[in-house]
Amino acid sequence: MTERIVIVGGGTGGTVLANRLTDDLAAEIDAGEVEVVLINDTPEQTYKPAFLYVTFGKKELAEARRPIADLVDTDRVDLRIDRVTGLDTDAKRVSLETGTELAYDHLVLAMGANLAPEEVPGLMEGGHHFYGPEGAEKLRDALADFEAGHLVLSVIGVPHMCPAAPVEFVLMADAWFRERGLRDEIEITYTYPIQRAHGIQSVADWATELFEERDINLETFFNPEEIDPEAKTIETMEGESFEYDLLVAIPPHAGSDLVTEAGLGDDGWVAVDKHTLEATAEGAEGVYAIGDVADVPTSKAGSVAHYEAGTVADRIASRVRGQVPTATFDGKTICFIESGTDEATFVEFGYGDQPVVRKPSKLLHWGKLAYNESYWLTARGLI
Amino acid sequence: MSEAIQPDVTIDSRGATCPGPLMDLIGKVKKADAGTVFELQTTDSSSSHDVPEWVEKAGHELLGVDEHEEEGYWSIFIEKTE
Repeated sequence: MTERIVIVGGGTGGTVLANRLTDDLAAEIDAGEVEVVLINDTPEQTYKPAFLYVTFGKKELAEARRPIADLVDTDRVDLRIDRVTGLDTDAKRVSLETGTELAYDHLVLAMGANLAPEEVPGLMEGGHHFYGPEGAEKLRDALADFEAGHLVLSVIGVPHMCPAAPVEFVLMADAWFRERGLRDEIEITYTYPIQRAHGIQSVADWATELFEERDINLETFFNPEEIDPEAKTIETMEGESFEYDLLVAIPPHAGSDLVTEAGLGDDGWVAVDKHTLEATAEGAEGVYAIGDVADVPTSKAGSVAHYEAGTVADRIASRVRGQVPTATFDGKTICFIESGTDEATFVEFGYGDQPVVRKPSKLLHWGKLAYNESYWLTARGLI
Repeated sequence: MSEAIQPDVTIDSRGATCPGPLMDLIGKVKKADAGTVFELQTTDSSSSHDVPEWVEKAGHELLGVDEHEEEGYWSIFIEKTE
């Protein structure tokens, strides 16, 4: 009987995993013993780190998209453009929007995170964001018109995708307005929910020093509860009322309702063993989660999805071959961090590690730009 | 005293490094009704001052802290006020 591996989500995690599986299990797939099904609700994958550059007019959205069919071996992967509407871990079956029921032996959830700006009253009307394609384009237009006033970057949603991006945004905005001769007319404020500028202490220390050097205000213990788009004020849980002219928010994020309904985790994030990435809910045998939808104590970042996919591919391949799986994920996370428009730094860490923030350089900035182009090789499982 | 507290919501942030226990707590408090009692479980020693500092700033009530020495974590009890 054919053993079926179903991957839900064709983002970084899903495509890297499909490619790793078709490499590892090519012989079994060709012999008809194993089938890999990859389900995504759109035919294209979007490289989300490009949004940051779109806002400053340095990239176009079209450059950030590729057909998933070009990223996986469609001779060995059954790619279905469909939406999963139901998940039954007892029957080991998923239901698709088009009416199909699909049984699985191994199920990997890789559907990412969703934006939920509606959770903060007034945010959709009063704030911008760069965490989705439409938002990034709208913000690009607003920034191009913004020549004087108070620009506030507020980190509202936690956890959120790409924890470095808010810091990158204000550092890039500072440099970009200076280049355009507008910086003296624009005040920039960065707000963060806890008592420092970032969840990771060493990144917070590094960013705080740079903010001081570059005249970027820092507000901590700042948790917006409501936005008044008319008065242009942010009301916080801490009782403050804060004025802005242009608000760029990191909106609240939400996991998947499918996950909650299937009893796999709270708030839509899948509860997993942080090393094996196997779902911990009772009865969820053969279920894994990778990428943003997995509840692990590290960043929701593409590099995490990438490395997690490698671990899960190894574990599934071992099980298919009747071996005991031994591959584990150690929390490896890698982030390039732009610190202006022509310099960047880089951090690498695992579970519980405090990363060292290297001195920013042009070389690392070029490294980040080069990786933005070569990312598609990662999606194809090559680097 | 805090051993007698019965939380409505338990937040297990043991082992969390990023975004961290305080952010886990803030996210849950934001969505809860006034009067909800939370137990935040944390292995991060800095939570013992970060969390009370935020709770005071946001005007909620710190009900107590239990140290689970053998298991190596703390339970911090908080009640959301209006």
